[in-house]
Amino acid sequence: MTPESQTGRPDRAALSASAPAIELKGISKAFGPVQANKDISISVKRGSIHGIIGENGAGKSTLMSILYGFYKADTGQILIGGQETEIPDSQAAIAAGIGMVFQHFKLVENFTVLENVILGAEDGAMLQPSIAKARELLTQLAQEYELNVDPDALIENLSVGHQQRVEILKALYRQADILILDEPTGVLTPAEADHLFRILRGLRDEGKTIVLITHKLREIMDVTDTVSVMRRGEMVATVNTDETSPEELAELMVGRKVLLRVDKAPAQPGDSVLEIADLRVTDEKGVDRVKGVSLNVRAGEILGIAGVAGNGQSELMQVLGGMRTGSGTIRVNGAPIDLSGARANGQARRELGIAHVPEDRQREGLIMEYFAWENVAFGYHHQEKYQRNRWLMDNRALRADTEAKMEKFDIRPPLPWTQAKSFSGGNQQKIVVAREMESDPDLLLVGQPTRGVDIGAIEFIHQQIVALRDQGKAILLVSVELDEIMSLSDRIAVMFDGQIMGERSPTETNEKELGLLMAGMTGDA
Amino acid sequence: MDFLTVLQILDSTIRLATPLLFACLAGLFSERAGIFDIGLEGKMLAAAFFAGAIAYTSGSVWLGMLAAIAASVILSLIHGLASITFRGNQLISGVAINFLAAGLTVLIAQDWFRQGGRTPSLSGDARFNNIQLPFAETLEPVPVIGPIYAELISGHSFLVYVGLLSVPFTWWLLFRTRFGLRLRAVGENPAAVDTAGISVIRLRYIAVLICGILCGLAGAYLSTGLQAGFVKDMSAGRGFIALAALIFAKWRPWYALYATLLFGLLQAIAIRFQNVDIGTFTVPVQFMEALPYILTVVILAGFVGKAIPPRAGGEPYVKER
Repeated sequence: MTPESQTGRPDRAALSASAPAIELKGISKAFGPVQANKDISISVKRGSIHGIIGENGAGKSTLMSILYGFYKADTGQILIGGQETEIPDSQAAIAAGIGMVFQHFKLVENFTVLENVILGAEDGAMLQPSIAKARELLTQLAQEYELNVDPDALIENLSVGHQQRVEILKALYRQADILILDEPTGVLTPAEADHLFRILRGLRDEGKTIVLITHKLREIMDVTDTVSVMRRGEMVATVNTDETSPEELAELMVGRKVLLRVDKAPAQPGDSVLEIADLRVTDEKGVDRVKGVSLNVRAGEILGIAGVAGNGQSELMQVLGGMRTGSGTIRVNGAPIDLSGARANGQARRELGIAHVPEDRQREGLIMEYFAWENVAFGYHHQEKYQRNRWLMDNRALRADTEAKMEKFDIRPPLPWTQAKSFSGGNQQKIVVAREMESDPDLLLVGQPTRGVDIGAIEFIHQQIVALRDQGKAILLVSVELDEIMSLSDRIAVMFDGQIMGERSPTETNEKELGLLMAGMTGDA
Repeated sequence: MDFLTVLQILDSTIRLATPLLFACLAGLFSERAGIFDIGLEGKMLAAAFFAGAIAYTSGSVWLGMLAAIAASVILSLIHGLASITFRGNQLISGVAINFLAAGLTVLIAQDWFRQGGRTPSLSGDARFNNIQLPFAETLEPVPVIGPIYAELISGHSFLVYVGLLSVPFTWWLLFRTRFGLRLRAVGENPAAVDTAGISVIRLRYIAVLICGILCGLAGAYLSTGLQAGFVKDMSAGRGFIALAALIFAKWRPWYALYATLLFGLLQAIAIRFQNVDIGTFTVPVQFMEALPYILTVVILAGFVGKAIPPRAGGEPYVKER
C-alpha cells in the first residue's frame, strides 16, 4: 500500500521480521541537573500497539523526542528494525521510517490538507506532481483505514479529529512504519477517540508499529498490546496489557496505591444554594446554546453535569461565572443574580460567594505570564487582608499566603516567583483550585477540573472537591469525563443540545444509560 | 482633461509605482516567511546611495545596481542575524536599520563627494536609459492604441519591466513551487516546517536575502532611474508606503501590484496637479502631496477590510520541547 520508495533508503521490509521494530538500550538524557531519562531500555515488537504511560514529567515526551531527533541522548543506543540508527534530527527519524503525531498538531492552518501532507516531502521543485500523487494516496488510505478527509479542505475548517487524521496521513505519506502518537485523545470526543483506535488497529494489522503515549489508563487497556510504565525518568515496568489491570498500572505510575474511585461518605444536603430556572443563552453567532435549563444545587452536595463537549455546558458555566450574558432566573442563597446587566461579571459573582474554576485554565483561569503569587490572589487581590494601606497592596502578605496555599495544595515547585506557564498542567490547575477553594465560597463552579492533569494530581483535586462539599458548600461540576462525573457527583444531570435530558443518582445508573442520555436518547418517558 | 494628459499621468504612475513595487515584493518575501521588516525604507535608501555613488564613480549604472544590491543585502543580513539567529525583536532591528541608513548615507556622501550629502548628478551610462520597445514609433500614429503603446507601455527603464515581471514570477514561485510552499509554511507555522525535517533558519535567511535583493533594486531605481543621483532622504517614506501597500495587498503578489499602482497614481496626481480649484476653494499643494501618506495612515489604521498577516510573523522561532 505504500508508494514506491524514492529516497533510496534500505528496504526495511527485508530486514529480519523477527527483529523488534524499535529497541532502545540504556538511553539517558539530562537537562542540566534534571535527569529526564535514566538508563531506559525497551523493545517494541513489529506490528503491535505499545503504550507508554506515566505522569506528566515522567520523561515520556523526552524519550519520544530522542526517538524523533529533537534531542540527542547522552548515552545509549537506538535500534530500528534491528539496525543501530543514529537520529540526529527529524529528517533522520523520517528516513528511518518513524512518524510522529504531536499532541499539538504541527499543521499549517491556512494550507489545504494536501499541502500539509506534502510539505517537506515534495518530489521535486514543482508542486503539481506531488499534489497529484498525494491526492491518489489519500483516496487509497481513506478506503483502507477510515482515514477520510477532504484533501482540498483548509486545516482551519476541520475538526480536531480530522486534523489528527491529517497528521497520521502525513506520517503515512512519508512511508512511516512506526507511528508515535503523543497524548492523541486529549482533544478528541469519545466518538472521535474510538474512531482513532479503529484506525490504529487497522494500521497495526497491516504490520505498522504504533507507540501510544498517554496518561489515560482506559486507553491503554482498550487499545494496546503491551505497555511500559515510566516514573520519574525511569522505565519501571513493561507488561502485556491483558495481564495487568488499571489499578496495577496506576500504582506503578505513581509509585504508591492510588484510589481510582473517589472515597466519599454519602452527602448531607442542606438548604438550596443555587436555583436555576429556565436559563437561556444565545451565543455571538445567534445560536441558542442553552435552551431553558432548570437546576438546583443544595449545600453539601455535588451536582455533576455530564455531556459531550459542546452541548451548552460551557455556556451554562460561563453565565454562572459572569463571563457571558443570558436570560431566565438564577438565585443564589435565595437572591436573584444579574444575568445581563452591569452586575453580570466575575467580580460581582465573587462578591456573592460564587467561586469559579473555569474550563480552560490557561485562557480563563490564569495569566500565564504572571507569577504564581500574582495568580493565586488574582480576582481576590482587592480584599482587605492584602492591602497595606489605602493605596498600596501588601505583596508580602500575598506571597506568604501563596506559600501557605502551595503547601496545602502540594503545588510544585513551591516557589511563588514562578510564572504560571512554567508549571505543569496539573500544578497550574492546582493554583486555580487553591485560589477558588480558599476564597471560602458558598458555591463552587468547577469546569473540567482534571483535563490534561496527571493521575496523582487528579486524585488530589478530587479529594479537595469532596472535602469542600463536606464543609457544606454547594458544588456544580461540569466534565466531559464520564468517570469523573460518576465518581464525584451526588446527583448527575445529563445535558444534550442545551437541555437537561434527565437527572440520575450515580448509585442507580450506569455508564450505558448516561451514554444514551448524552446522545439525546431518553429511552423511557 | 484630455487623453494625452491621462496617458502622461498613468505613465508617471508606473514609474512612481516601481520602487514601491520592488519594496512591497521585498516585504512580501520577508513577511511571508515570518520576518517582519520595517527596515525596507533604510535598505532602499542605502541602496539608492550606493547605486548613485558607484554609478557616478565607475560610470556604469550596472555596477551601481550591483553595489545597491550588495548594500541592501548586507543590511538584510544584519536584520536576519538579529531576528533569526539571535531571536531579537524584529521591529527594533528594523528601526535600527532605518536610522543607520539615514545617517550613514549622508555621512558617506559628504565624505566622498562634498556636495552636502548628495551625489553629483548622473548622466549617460550612469543612469538607466529608457527602453523603446519595438514598433513604438511605427505604431504611434495609430489612434488610441498607438499612444498607449508608445507612451505608456514603451519607453520605461529596464527596472520598470523587471518590476512588472517580478509580480507573476513571485506568484508562481510562492504558489506553484516547493520553495514557495515551504516559505509560506515557515511564516505560518515554523514548527510544522521544522518537524518535517526542513531548516527554519535556512528558509528564513533565504527569504531575507531575497528581500535584500529586491530592496536593492528599489533603491537603485530611485537614484539611477527615477532621478539622476542620490539626495538626502530620497526614499521619502516609500519603504513605509510599501509596507502599507503590503497590508492593503493582503500579502499577495498581484494585489501588491494593484496597491502600489494606486499609491503611484496618487503621487503622479500630486505632481501633475499642484493646485486644484474646487469652486472658489483651492486645494493646497501640500494636501495633494500628502495624499499617499494619508492613504497609508488610513490603511494602517485598518479601515480597509481585514488583513490577516502570516501567523508566525514577528515571532522568532524557538524549538519547543
